[in-house]
Amino acid sequence: MNAFKDAGHLFRFLGLFVLAFLLFLVLREFVVPKSFGQYGHYRGAAIGEIGSLAVRFAGHQACETCHSDIADTKSKGKHEQVSCEACHGALGAHTEDPVNVVPVKLDTAVLCARCHTASAAKPQGFPQVDPADHYAGVSCETCHNPHNPMTPPDSGTSAAKGGAK
Amino acid sequence: MTVSRRHLLALLPAAAVAWKYVLAGTPEESPNYRMDGHWWGMLIDVTKCIGCGNCVRACQTENNVPDGFFRTWVERYHTTDWHLEAPEVISPDGGKDGFPSVKQGEEGKYFFVPKLCNHCADSPCTQVCPVGATFIAPDGVVLIDPKYCLGCAYCVQACPYGCRYIHPQKKVADKCTLCYHRITKGLTTACCEACPTGARQLADLKDPKDPIHEFLKTHPVQVLKPQMATGAKAFYNGLDGSVR
Amino acid sequence: MTGVEGYIYPNEVTLYWSVLIVLYPFITGLVAGAFILASLERVFRVEAVTPTYRLALLTALAFLLDAPLPLQLHLGHPERSPEMYFTPHATSAMAMFGYIYLWYLMAVLVFEIWLDYRRDIVLWSQQTTGIRRLIYKIMTLGSSNISERSLHIDDKVGWIVTLVGIPSAFLLHGYVGFIFGSLKSNPWWSSPLMPVVFIFSAMVSGIAAVLLIYMALTKMRGQKIDIRCIDTVAMYMFYIFIIDFSLEMLDLVHRIYEADESFRSLDFMVHTRLFFSQIVLQILIGTLIPLVLLFIVQVAHLSEVARKRIYVLSGCLILISVFAMRWNVVIGGQLFSKSFLGYTTYKMGLVSKEGLLAAAGLTVLPLCFLWVLLKLLPPWPEKRALQAPSGD
Repeated sequence: MNAFKDAGHLFRFLGLFVLAFLLFLVLREFVVPKSFGQYGHYRGAAIGEIGSLAVRFAGHQACETCHSDIADTKSKGKHEQVSCEACHGALGAHTEDPVNVVPVKLDTAVLCARCHTASAAKPQGFPQVDPADHYAGVSCETCHNPHNPMTPPDSGTSAAKGGAK
Repeated sequence: MTVSRRHLLALLPAAAVAWKYVLAGTPEESPNYRMDGHWWGMLIDVTKCIGCGNCVRACQTENNVPDGFFRTWVERYHTTDWHLEAPEVISPDGGKDGFPSVKQGEEGKYFFVPKLCNHCADSPCTQVCPVGATFIAPDGVVLIDPKYCLGCAYCVQACPYGCRYIHPQKKVADKCTLCYHRITKGLTTACCEACPTGARQLADLKDPKDPIHEFLKTHPVQVLKPQMATGAKAFYNGLDGSVR
Repeated sequence: MTGVEGYIYPNEVTLYWSVLIVLYPFITGLVAGAFILASLERVFRVEAVTPTYRLALLTALAFLLDAPLPLQLHLGHPERSPEMYFTPHATSAMAMFGYIYLWYLMAVLVFEIWLDYRRDIVLWSQQTTGIRRLIYKIMTLGSSNISERSLHIDDKVGWIVTLVGIPSAFLLHGYVGFIFGSLKSNPWWSSPLMPVVFIFSAMVSGIAAVLLIYMALTKMRGQKIDIRCIDTVAMYMFYIFIIDFSLEMLDLVHRIYEADESFRSLDFMVHTRLFFSQIVLQILIGTLIPLVLLFIVQVAHLSEVARKRIYVLSGCLILISVFAMRWNVVIGGQLFSKSFLGYTTYKMGLVSKEGLLAAAGLTVLPLCFLWVLLKLLPPWPEKRALQAPSGD
């Protein structure tokens, strides 16, 4: 056809596009991850990868498996809902290797002060003291059992006596 | 407590088994965890927060959060009068090491507001991601795929709450994952675990036994920036009108 | 924290979108604007601007080739950018970039340039030697048909391409405005006016750029500037600038009047951190002065020399103003906290990947591309390929 004879170059240009598009389709098969679109517009395998990240805090239930007596003491006092790692820090490594990974002994002067230093910004009913006024220089566990703070540090259930050994 | 050596010999393997269970499997394939059985959120009780910063430190430890960036942080508000639009707010290093004390008798009221990703049901951040690197999982947690993210920061701009950032080393977007690697194994989030007053509690909105249902029925709760209609799932009890 | 004033969310201290993200809309704006100028001749038959037609297309192409570079430097993982082609997220305006860019590059700009130059390309492929001959040969796609009928077809198709190119140009630059304008999280950006303001300021900047380049190159070639041409170009520049200014003033007045929760914070920001770049540079120096000067040209009878001087001055001020506008939008939108209680500062590096030198380099680079294009596809009438006497 006469028209097409003089428009041949246009078809060549179009041909470039078609070629590129086909190449794109082929490439896509190789490049897009297989799990993409599994649950939505994202790589489905990412969910599993994120779910498998390392756990550092063991969670209080893991602690209570071995340290049931401390858990018992705690359940009777004001620190009932304070979980073990809130004070003792992340202890996932300790549950994995209880003998060799030993939790660091805590410095109550710093630790207790963190929550209980008096501040007008804290909620009214929350127990707070001014460290300068309240037996300054004396470490908290002299009078308070950290696991049951309104009871004295008596039997072997207090950290002052050496802990789980 | 003294655990005798005999006790230890009995308990060690038990602990080991418990730990292995804790670390086991991929959540979407694990027979014990079904994504469609959960719809995660969080309950934050402003009346209980004491600004100790435990949550911020625990999150940083659990998730290797880079210095200077925060997956969660605590703000302290000070309002002195009826002008709710101009509170005085501080968050020294995200509240990581607590807050300076306020002497008794100071005028006005003070309170602490912990903040984190709200895992919005209609999240504006997942809407704008050009490639699908951030998404809401079937169980309601908004996640980022670090292997797919381009680091364009569009999602960071789109979040009304400022909870996202670009990881300075990995160069991808990062934010609170609601400790997905923990909650899918029956643990709670690191911030909830570390909170000494129960101000932060993980909530499963699909679990009929979760106490949040009762709480929502008996307390007036708010979400941050409700006018944005993001479907935020971090519910606040006692949120003052001055909170931005 | 240095540079922080008031309270900002902890993750807001750093600005995530740098000067490179300011540069990107500026560059695509020049592309769109230059193309609109070209379309004035092609579609709207404004014959007076013909001397700038081919130059405008080449300018657009030079800047378009440079456009993805600031984005690539900005990305945390530029090697993953093909993901936007393979798995574009349909709800994201940014995902559309890859396809809009490719469409505009190949199906509009390259296609149109090719159609307009095809006769010359075929002739040059027969008349030159060496590498140039090879390049031209490739560009002919193997067809040496430059019969009258084929050129007529080219002309008709080219007209359609330009027609389609106009909304394409609007899309190329308008989507950038939409990227900002559609974010409800940021009240400085969120506005339906944003894409419109971007497009109009883009048109002004693109026209100004081509005007300046035409005048500079013609002077450098020792040729006479077509005064009727630049009078017409400047006229269009003036009227489009009025529309652009009106839109920006509308946004401003609307903000001040409504005074929503963000207003106080934004107002303070404009009066302090953005005072120089917005009030002084963008509005006073960059908009009011050119508008007044161009208005004087329209109503008074000034000499050719005076008019040329005004066009050069206005053109430069307009380019500064439009760049300042992009700066004020992008950087300004990140200087205030979404808590509306504080501000941070932008620390622009000098030699870093997203620093001042990188931005300056990427602004100059398109001129280098243009230089190559001018050598390869000279737009000047006296450089048109001459048919050999025994030609078809």
